[in-house]
This record gives sequence, structure tokens and C-alpha cells, in this order.
Amino acid sequence: MSENTNRKKFLYINRKAPYGSIYALESLEVVLIGAAFEQDVSLAFIDDGVFQLMNGQDTAGIGMKNFSKTYRALGDYEVRKLYVERESLSERGLALDDLMPITYEDENEDYAEKPSLHLVDRAEMTQIIAAHDVVLSF
Amino acid sequence: MRFGIVVNEGPYTHQASDSAYQFAKAALQKGHEIFRVFFYHDGVNNATRLTVPPQDDRNLQQQWSALAEAHNLDLVVCIAAAQRRGILDADEAKRQGKDSDNLARGFRISGLGQLIDAGIQADRLVMFGD
Repeated sequence: MSENTNRKKFLYINRKAPYGSIYALESLEVVLIGAAFEQDVSLAFIDDGVFQLMNGQDTAGIGMKNFSKTYRALGDYEVRKLYVERESLSERGLALDDLMPITYEDENEDYAEKPSLHLVDRAEMTQIIAAHDVVLSF
Repeated sequence: MRFGIVVNEGPYTHQASDSAYQFAKAALQKGHEIFRVFFYHDGVNNATRLTVPPQDDRNLQQQWSALAEAHNLDLVVCIAAAQRRGILDADEAKRQGKDSDNLARGFRISGLGQLIDAGIQADRLVMFGD
């Protein structure tokens, strides 16, 4: 990656379930477009936003596009840090096993597949948010 | 300070546009710079010139257009979000084969890159939404 003096730390906070409103889908659209700008990008999933990462999503019955595969492709866009809040999962009876296995290929280690999902607790999440320059909340 | 502002909700249903407008006005009065106001999600509905609110109420679209004119603001409407919701400028209406356009003066339609760019260029990006 070329030297980029305008490089900032972007954090996209996803707070809403995937199909009840358009926020999750349009947040992803920003992430994908933003990938071309060579910024340092991370995603956070809190509150109902953790539902966006659920494994086995099936939208056949609601007539809406299933965009969940896009999260698994984020590694190809150099988006490799997805922070999931532990409390938000447990409050909804969920665990990491219920989420899609999202990975990226590490070119520095012979393209080994590594997990993009990182479980963090609420206190850590506040530190992650504070450590970013640009916070976009959806 | 140089601010970027994002409006994520439509007018009247939600206070986001009102709050963003008051914030922008106050920031300008204090001598700050507004690098760009970006309208996303239902926020694109702030940009239709066809709204006709009751006369004893504020007209948010006109307020934004007037503020843009007075301070040479860059009001950008996301094209993907706008097309979903029927907000078209003359060029786009023609391209899509529609018989009319509705983008208010002072607004322009452009891509999501303008939002990322605002995040990069501004000292603070402030989002107003749900």
C-alpha cells in the first residue's frame, strides 16, 4: 500500500438488525465504497447490530435481498477488523458460534486464513471507539 | 474547526435534519467551517423541492437551500440512496427516463465517496440520525 498521509482510522458502528430497516445494508455500501480510499477501516457490532452477522440467514420468506454474504467478502476489501460486543451477543442469547465465520487472508503469512471477528467486552468497545478518528454510526 | 455533517433521517418524522441545521448554523456563527453536509439514508428526502409543509411550520428544505446560498455550503445527496427514494436531478431524471426531477437548489447529487472524503478532510465528522 502506498504512503497515504491522509490515512485516518474509520470505525463503522452497526447497531441495527439487518432487515428491519435499511441501515445495515446502506452501512455496508459505505464500507465497500470507502475501501477504495485506503483508510484504516474497522467495523463494530453492538446492540441489535450483532444480528447482521448471524449464520444461516434466509430472506426467502420476506422478499428482501440477502446481503449477508457481503460480510464474508470484506476481507477482500482489506476490511479485517470486525469487533463484536460480547454483552450484546449474550443479552440476545447468542454466542460467537452463532455468527458467520468471517476470515481474511494474511499476505504476510503465506495467505493464511485468519479470523476477522474479535469478541470484545463493553469496556473495551468504548476504548476502541475513542481510538478512532472518524466514527460513523448506523 | 472544520466540520463535516451527515444527515441520516428525513425531515419532520425525525429531528435529525433540524438538529443538523441548527448545529450548522451555530457553527458558522462561531466562525467554524462546514466542509460538507452529506445526506444519506432517508436524509436524502431533505433535498426534494416538492415538499409543501404548513405555512406556520418551518420549511426544512428551504432552510437548507438558504443556508447553502448564504455560506456557499456543499450540500451533497447520496446518489444510491436518492435513487432508491425518488430524489432526482435533471440529468439523472433524463438518464432514468423519468418525466420530472425534484432536487432543490443548493443541493447536488454525488457518490458515497463524498462522505468518505468528508471524513478524511474534516477535523470532525458529526452524524445526525437515529
